[in-house]
Amino acid sequence: MGARVITVTSGKGGVGKTTATANISVALAQLGKKVVAIDADIGLRNLDVILGLENRIVYDLVDVVEGRCKLRQAMIKHKAYPDLYLIPAAQTRDKTAVSPSDMVDITQQLRDEFDFILIDSPAGIERGFRNAVAPADDVLIVTNPEVSSVRDADRIIGLLEAEEKGPGKLVINRVKIGMVRRGEMLSMEDVVDILAIKLIGVVPDDESVLLSSNRGEPAAGDLNSKAGQAFRNIARRLSGEEVPFMSLDGSESFFQRFVRFFSGSVSGPG
Amino acid sequence: MNQLLDRLMGRGNASGSAKIAKERLQFVLVHDRLDLSPEKLKELKDEILAVISKYVAIDRNNVEISIEQRKRDNWLVADIPLTPDDKKD
Ligand SMILES: Nc1ncnc2c1ncn2[C@@H]1O[C@H](COP(=O)(O)OP(=O)(O)O)[C@@H](O)[C@H]1O
Ligand SMILES: [Mg+2]
Repeated sequence: MGARVITVTSGKGGVGKTTATANISVALAQLGKKVVAIDADIGLRNLDVILGLENRIVYDLVDVVEGRCKLRQAMIKHKAYPDLYLIPAAQTRDKTAVSPSDMVDITQQLRDEFDFILIDSPAGIERGFRNAVAPADDVLIVTNPEVSSVRDADRIIGLLEAEEKGPGKLVINRVKIGMVRRGEMLSMEDVVDILAIKLIGVVPDDESVLLSSNRGEPAAGDLNSKAGQAFRNIARRLSGEEVPFMSLDGSESFFQRFVRFFSGSVSGPG
Repeated sequence: MNQLLDRLMGRGNASGSAKIAKERLQFVLVHDRLDLSPEKLKELKDEILAVISKYVAIDRNNVEISIEQRKRDNWLVADIPLTPDDKKD
């Protein structure tokens, strides 16, 4: 079997799927894992720029599917992380250029050689979503602590359960801890309570994410970035490590309450 | 003062809009998950009560029928007080 295929999805757009895919891929590569990141957002490719690989693209996913190149030729090796490869999406085609079984075939060819295959899903619940989810062994659902995003995440979890790919694991992204403390933003407890699936990461809203996307160097590679730390923790949890959920603002008491909550009623930190 | 105390205790502001967000989400998700509109749910409740009333008298003012989430499953939970002395035919 080899690699684990992990699809990153959300329903709603703009919640941080591509950011999460890029950062978790980098963090896994930093742990010495062999990783392929596949951009399944055909027509709206972005994973290449977030990973800083946009000027190295020759072939893309659709070229592979339509036989214009070998799978190998579409895989771009990352210079800073030699164990990380990207298969970019096509920019001028649409989602129907790829089928769910194409995605299964492609990942099948990669499984022996890699430890993790991450798939960045497009927004929505149509073809692009089904393509991204078809080969998944595990699904990460990214949500923001905000009503419409959580609602869409719930819908996605329902669809995953119906396809026996569910329920998936939850990444809560763009948490503003100050607002949570003032009761002005849904807390991690609230979101986990509502969605009732296992939490695998909580990522703060962090300016370093934008700065790192300006440069094409994911925050996971920046030891001073809090969001980067949160993504590195997710990578370690995916690798089977138990990692306690970090404090998002350095407050021990909050942190302890948080960990106690999750170790008590959900599934333990990790 | 209470609010300040809450904050010091790390309880957050109980009247903050996060609480409203959570309640609204819980409401909307019940209907999303069951594909059942609020009106249909009300009809369902009325019919349940009508059926039960055919056999026993019920105290309609204290009936509580709601949909509760337990993990990712939904349960229809009914608390229906029966008024014992007043059995219908
Ligand atoms: N933790 C975060 N803190 C701050 N900004 C973020 C965070 N995560 C994502 N963003 C920003 O949100 C926007 C959407 O992110 P993106 O990953 O492209 O979402 P998606 O792939 O789900 O559409 C981007 O501008 C990104 O920089
Ligand atoms: Mg994206």
